[in-house]
Amino acid sequence: MSIAMTLASTIEAFNYYNLRYLFIGLLYTLSVSVISIALSFVFGSIFGIIVYEKIPYFSRWVSIAVDIVRNLPLLLIIFFMYFALPNIGVHLSIFWASIAAFTFFESAMVSEIVRGGIMAVDKGQFEGARANGLTNAQTMFRIVLPQAYKKIVPPLVSQFISLVKDTSLATGIVLPELMYRGQIIYGQNSNYMIPVFIMLAIIYFVVNFGLSLISKRIEKNLA
Amino acid sequence: MIEILTKYFATFADGFLITLESSIIALIGSLVLGTLFAVLQLVPNKFVNRLAQAYVEIFRNIPLLVITLFFFAFVAPLVTHLGIAMDGFTAGTIGLTLYTSSFIAEVIRASINAIPKGQMEAGRTNGMTWWQTMRLIILPQAFKMSIPSLGNQFINLVKNSSVLAFVAGMDLMYQANNIAQSTFDSMGTYMVVALFYLVITLPLSYGMKYIEYRSNRGGNA
Amino acid sequence: MEKAKKKRFGIILTLLSMIFFFGSIALLAVFSANSQDTTDTLERVKNSHRMVWGVKADTKLFGLMNTKTGQIEGFDVDIAKAVTQQIADDLNITIDPVFTQVTSSTRIQLLKNGNIDAFAATATITPEREKIIDFSNSYFDAGQSLLVKKGSDIKSVADLNKKGKTVLGVVGSNSVVNIKKYAPKAKVLGLSDYAQAMTALRAGQGDALTTDNGILYGMATENKGYVVVGGTFTTEPYGLAFDNNQGPIVRAANKALKEITASGKYNKIVKKWFDGVPGINWEDLKR
Repeated sequence: MSIAMTLASTIEAFNYYNLRYLFIGLLYTLSVSVISIALSFVFGSIFGIIVYEKIPYFSRWVSIAVDIVRNLPLLLIIFFMYFALPNIGVHLSIFWASIAAFTFFESAMVSEIVRGGIMAVDKGQFEGARANGLTNAQTMFRIVLPQAYKKIVPPLVSQFISLVKDTSLATGIVLPELMYRGQIIYGQNSNYMIPVFIMLAIIYFVVNFGLSLISKRIEKNLA
Repeated sequence: MIEILTKYFATFADGFLITLESSIIALIGSLVLGTLFAVLQLVPNKFVNRLAQAYVEIFRNIPLLVITLFFFAFVAPLVTHLGIAMDGFTAGTIGLTLYTSSFIAEVIRASINAIPKGQMEAGRTNGMTWWQTMRLIILPQAFKMSIPSLGNQFINLVKNSSVLAFVAGMDLMYQANNIAQSTFDSMGTYMVVALFYLVITLPLSYGMKYIEYRSNRGGNA
Repeated sequence: MEKAKKKRFGIILTLLSMIFFFGSIALLAVFSANSQDTTDTLERVKNSHRMVWGVKADTKLFGLMNTKTGQIEGFDVDIAKAVTQQIADDLNITIDPVFTQVTSSTRIQLLKNGNIDAFAATATITPEREKIIDFSNSYFDAGQSLLVKKGSDIKSVADLNKKGKTVLGVVGSNSVVNIKKYAPKAKVLGLSDYAQAMTALRAGQGDALTTDNGILYGMATENKGYVVVGGTFTTEPYGLAFDNNQGPIVRAANKALKEITASGKYNKIVKKWFDGVPGINWEDLKR
C-alpha cells in the first residue's frame, strides 16, 4: 500500500461521524471505569478493614475470597458475569454486567491496597488514640483510615489506570466502549484498521498518561 | 461442571499448557527487556534516559489488547514477507512481553533507586566502570529486593495471557469460550477454567506473601 | 473485647455472611426461575409496545453500524422491522422495533438472558440450536462459502482439506462447525466477530475465511483484492430466533413472514440490499 493511499484512508477513517462515534465510546469507557472504581473503593475498604482486623474465622474467610478473585483473569470474570450468571437466574445488561465484573475484581485489588495502607500507618497511632480513650472503631475511622487513604492515593490511581485499560476487555461482551467502536469502524473498511489502531493507542495513552501525571503531582503534594 | 471437566479435560489441558508456555516465555522476555529499560533510564545519558522512559510510558498506558491486536493484524503481515509466521500465540506472547516489561522496568528502577548512592560511588572509586558496578553490585541487590513485586507481575502475566483468546491463541480462555459455545453450559465451563487458572496463580500468590512475610520479619529482627 | 467473645463474634459473622451470600444466590435463582417460566415473549411485546431485536453490527449487507446516524442497517434489520410492523398490524396495536448489537458468540446468551426478545442475526437454523431456542421459518437461504485473496491457490473447500492450511471463522457460528466436517485436516481459528476475522485474513493469519456467502460477498465489496470462491458447499437457512417454548410469537412471526412475502415487501427488501452486489443475482433470492 502506498503512502498516499494510507493517508487517504486515514483521512477517510477519521471523518466527523467516526470521530464522534469513537468519542461516545470513550465516554462509555470512562463512565464504566469511574462507576466501577467508586464502588470498588467502598467495597474494597470494607474488605480491607475486615482482613486487617483479624476477626477470628471471618477475616480468614474474606481474605481467601479476596485472594481467589484477585488471582483470576479479569476477562474470565467478565464472561462469567455476563454469560454464566444467567444460568442461575441473574440477568444483567451489558453495561451493568461490565460494571459488576470490574467492581468484583477491583474490590479485591483495592482491598489489598487499603489493607497495605492501614498497615503502613504507624502502630503508635493506634496506641496513642486508644490511650486517649477512643474505641477501636473510632480509632480506625477517625485516626487510621484518613492517614491510610492519603498513603494509598498513588496505588489507587494506578489501579484506576489499569481499570481504564482493562475496560477494553469488555469488547468481548459487546460493551460499546472505545475498543469495540474502533473495531466497528474498521469493520466498515479494513483499510481503516491501522489509522484506527493508532488513534485508539493515542486516546488510551493520553487519558492514562494524564492520570499518571496527576497522580505524581498529588504524591508530591502529600509528601 | 464435573461432566464438562471430564469430557473436555484434554482440551482444557492443551489450553493450560499453552497459557503456561506463553506466560513463561513472556516472563523471561519481559525480565530481560524490563531490566534493560530500567538500567537505560539510569545510564548517565539524558537522551537514552528519555527514550527508555518513553518506551515504558507507552507500553504501560495502552491496553494490552490494543498492543496484541496491533501485532496480530499489522505486524504479522509485514513479517510474513520476511518469511516469519506470526500467529495469534506469537502475537499475544509478544504483546504480553512488551506490556509486562514496562511494569517490570518500573519495579526494577524503583529497587535500584532504593540502593544507597554510595555503592555506585564506591564501585567507581574501586576502578570499576559504571556498567560493571551496575551489573555486579547494584543489579543483584535490586533483583533480590524486587522479588515480591516480580512475583506479582508474573501472576498478572498469567491472568493477562487470557488476551490470547481474542487472537485465537489456543490458550485456556480461547478453549473455554469454544466449549461454552458448543455446550451452552457457560457456568460449568467458566468454573472449570477458573480452577485451572487458580492452580497456577494461587500458589504463586501465597508463595509471594510468604516470602514478603519472611523478609519483613527478617528486616525487623 | 476478650478472646472468647471475639471468637464467637467472628464465627457468627462468618455464618451470617455465608448465609447471606448463598441465600441471596438461591433466592435470585428461585425467584427468576419462576418469573421466567411465566414470561411469554408475545405478551411482553404486546404490553411494552416494543420488540427488542438483536442484530449484527459488523456485517455488511445484513447488519452494519452506520456511525453517521448511530443506526444499524442491513437486510436482517429491515426484515426485523417488516416482521414487527406486520405482527403489530395483525394484532391491531403499535409495536416499535428496537435494535441491539450482538455477535455470533453473544446472541444466544442474550436471548436466554432476556436482554432481547428475538434476534435476526444471520443465524442458521440447526437441530442443536433448536434444542435450546426457537426458530421461525427460514427468511433467507444462504450457503457456506470461502473468501480468499485474489490469486490464492484455494479454489474450493477441497483445497483446504490439507495439513498446514488454516481456515478463519467466527466463534459460535455454524460455519465453524461445518468446516470441521468438510475440511477436517485444516486448522480452524475462531475469532470473536467478522471484523476481527476479516482483519485476520488480511493479516495473513489464515488461507481462507469461511462463513455464509451473503456475508462474504458483503466483505468482498469493501475489500478489493479478495474474492469468494468455490460456490456454496452447505445450505444455511436463516431463521428469526426466539427463546425456547415461545410458540405464540413464533407463530406470529411465521404468519408475518408469509404476509410480507405475499405483499411483495420481502422482495423489495431483497432488491434494496442485494441488487448490484457483485456475485449475487438478487432475482434468484426473490420469493
